[in-house]
Amino acid sequence: MTIEELEQIAKGVHQENEKYDFEVNVCLDLACASQGADRLREALIKIAGESGKKVLVRKTGCMGPCSSGPLVRVDPEETLYHHVNSGHAEAIVNSLGGDPVPALQCDLNEHFEKQVRVVLENAGHIDPEKIDDYISRDGYKALLTALTEMTPNGVIHRITESGLRGRGGGGYPTGLKWGTVAKAGGELKYVVCNGDEGDPGAFMDRSVMEGDPHRVIEGMAVAAYAVGASKGFIYVRAEYPVAVARLTTALRDARRRGLLGNNICGTTFSFDVEIRLGAGAFVCGEETALIASIEGRRGTPKPRPPYPAVSGLWGKPTLINNVETYANIAPIVRNGGKWFYNMGSERSKGTKVFALTGKITNTGLVEVPMGIKLGEIIDVIGGGVPGGHKLKAIQTGGPSGGCIPAEMLGLGVSYDALMAAGSIMGSGGMIVMDDTSCMVNVAKFFVEFCMTESCGKCIPCRAGTAQMFTLLTRICEGNATMDDLELLVDLCGTVKEASLCGLGQTAPNPVLSTLKYFKNEYIEHIVHKRCPAGVCNIAGASTTEPAHVEVLA
Amino acid sequence: MPAFTPPPLPSDDKRWKIVNGTMRKNGFARHALIETLHTVQSSFGYLDDDAIRFVALSLRVPLSQAYGVVTFYHYFSLKPPGEHTMTLCTGTACYIKGTDKLVAVAEQHLGVKAGQTTNDGKISLMTARCVGACSRAPVAICDGDVAGEVTNEQLLAQLERWAVA
Repeated sequence: MTIEELEQIAKGVHQENEKYDFEVNVCLDLACASQGADRLREALIKIAGESGKKVLVRKTGCMGPCSSGPLVRVDPEETLYHHVNSGHAEAIVNSLGGDPVPALQCDLNEHFEKQVRVVLENAGHIDPEKIDDYISRDGYKALLTALTEMTPNGVIHRITESGLRGRGGGGYPTGLKWGTVAKAGGELKYVVCNGDEGDPGAFMDRSVMEGDPHRVIEGMAVAAYAVGASKGFIYVRAEYPVAVARLTTALRDARRRGLLGNNICGTTFSFDVEIRLGAGAFVCGEETALIASIEGRRGTPKPRPPYPAVSGLWGKPTLINNVETYANIAPIVRNGGKWFYNMGSERSKGTKVFALTGKITNTGLVEVPMGIKLGEIIDVIGGGVPGGHKLKAIQTGGPSGGCIPAEMLGLGVSYDALMAAGSIMGSGGMIVMDDTSCMVNVAKFFVEFCMTESCGKCIPCRAGTAQMFTLLTRICEGNATMDDLELLVDLCGTVKEASLCGLGQTAPNPVLSTLKYFKNEYIEHIVHKRCPAGVCNIAGASTTEPAHVEVLA
Repeated sequence: MPAFTPPPLPSDDKRWKIVNGTMRKNGFARHALIETLHTVQSSFGYLDDDAIRFVALSLRVPLSQAYGVVTFYHYFSLKPPGEHTMTLCTGTACYIKGTDKLVAVAEQHLGVKAGQTTNDGKISLMTARCVGACSRAPVAICDGDVAGEVTNEQLLAQLERWAVA
C-alpha cells in the first residue's frame, strides 16, 4: 500500500458515491438504535429501492444530539431530521429532490455552530464497518505519511509541537509521554489503548470506537512507529459489545489492506493490535491496574515509579493513551502541529469531546474547542435546563471530579481552570444537575461508587471510602452532627494524601467540591434536619439506626 | 520437563470446545485467563466451580488466582442467571434521572434485591455501572435490548410480561 494506492481507493469510493443522487445517513449509535433506528434503516432501503431514485442509505456512528434521535441526515443538502421512525421513511424518500419534510426538520443550528469537529469529524459521515469509507476521508494517510516521509522523532516532535495533552483526564503532555517510551531501551515495546471508559455518565470513547474505529487504530499505529513498538492492545469494556465487534471488523480489514501486520507498506515497520476485554472494574482505567488486567490478573494498581513508559506490560516499556488521544493523532500528523496548537486555550490545546447528559435539553455528544465558556456549552449547545427548573451544578470528571456551581458558568473549559475550580477535566462526562438534585446525595452516590470500586489493595482507599460513605449516609439521613462533618473533611484529606492510585486520591473530590460550593446544603441536613432539594428521606428525629458499613481494615 | 497436556474436557457438552478454542487461540498462555472466562460466561451464562477448575488447570494458573479474578471483576457471575434479565443502569446520568426509584420499584415488585434472581428462576434483577446510553437516561436493558427514558409503569409492565410468559 502506498499513498497513491490509498488515493486510488478514495477515488473509487467517491466515484461509487457519485452514482447516487442522494445519501441518506442513518445514525445507528446506541441511543438511536434503542429507538428503532434499525427498522428505520430497513424501511428506508426498501422504499428507496422501490422509488427508483438513486439513493445510498448508509448507517453511521453518533451524529451528536442523541436526545433528538433517531437522527437522519440527507446529503448533499445536509438536511437533518429528528425523531424519525420507520413510518417516516416514505415521506423522506418522497422529499428527495424536492423540499425537505418540514415536520421532521431539526433546528439545531446553534447547537452545531459552536462546535468544532476534529475527533468526531467522521462520525455520522462514514459507515464504521467499511474501511474504504474511512480511507475516502483521508484515512490512513497520516500513517503512510509518517512511515514514508517522517522519522519516529519527527512524529514525536510534531505531537509535542501540537501541545496535545492526554484526553483520559490527567492531561499529561502526549508528546512527552511518547518521548519517554521512545527513549526507553529494549527490543520489545507495547502500545496500549485505554478504552475502559469506567466513568459512569460518559460515553465519548464508546462513540468514537463504534463510530470511527479505524481512527483509533491509525492513531495507535502512528504511535507504535514513533515509539518503536510492534504490538498493541485495545482494552475495551465488556459492556460495549458493539464497540468490540466494530473494532474486530476494523482490525481484520486493516490487516487485509496491509495497514497492519508485517512490513507495513513495504517498510521495516511491523505492528499488530489485539483486543482485550475488560470485565467491569472501574479501577482498570488506572494504567498499572489496566496492565495487570491485560496480563490476566486482578486489576490492582502498583506504585509508580517505575512508570509503564519504562516498565509496563510484562515489564516492557509501554505507551498507554486514551481512545480520544489516539483519535487526535491522525489529524495532527496530517495537518501539522501548528494547526492543532492554534486551537484551544493557552495551556489546553485542540478540542474536547463531552458527553452532555442529565437535566439538559439537548443531551448527547458535543465537541468544543478548549477554553469555551461552560455557559456556552450549557445554554447554547445544550439548550438549557428543561421543565422550568433552575441550573444548580455541572459535574465533570465523574467520581474523580467535582461539581461546579451555576454561578461559575463564565469558567473557560481547560485542564487548569477546572482543576482550580476543584474539579477535573476527566474523560469528558458532563452531567447537568438542576434544583431537584441534592448535592449531599450526589456526593454520597460518588463515594458509594468509589467504595464498591476500590480494589482493596491500600487501606486509605478501602477503609477510608467506606467510612466516608458512613458519614455521608448519616448526614443524608439527618443523623449527623457538626463533628461528623469535621471528621469527614479530615478523612477526605487522609484518603487524598495516602491512597496508592488515582481512584483513592481523587475519591474525595466530589465531597470536597460540594462542600466548597454547597456547604449550606450539608448544614441544612445536619442542623435543620431537612433536605432542600427534597431528595433525602429524613425521618424527623434521629430515631433510626445510623447506617453501618462493614469496614475491612 | 515433560510436555504439558491440558486436562480433558469436563463433559461432551459442545460448549467446552468453544472454551478450549479460546485457550488454544491464545496458546494456552496464562494471560488468556480473563479472555477464557469471558468465553465460559458467554457460553454457559455463568461460571461454576467445574468451569473455573477446568480453566485454571488448562492455563496452569493457581486455582486461587483464577477464583480471585472471577470474584474481582463485576462482570463475572457465579450464579446462573434467570430466564430473563432486567438490568437497570445506575450510572450518574441515570441516577440523576431517578434510577434509584426504578430499582426500588423493581425490588419491591419481584421481592428480591438487585443482583438476585426470583425463586422460580424466571427473572434476574441486575444493576450496571453504566452502559454508555447516558443521553437516554434512565436506561434499562431487557434481555440485551436497551430501552431509554424508562418509567415505573413501563418497567413493571415488562416484568409482568415476563412473569406470565
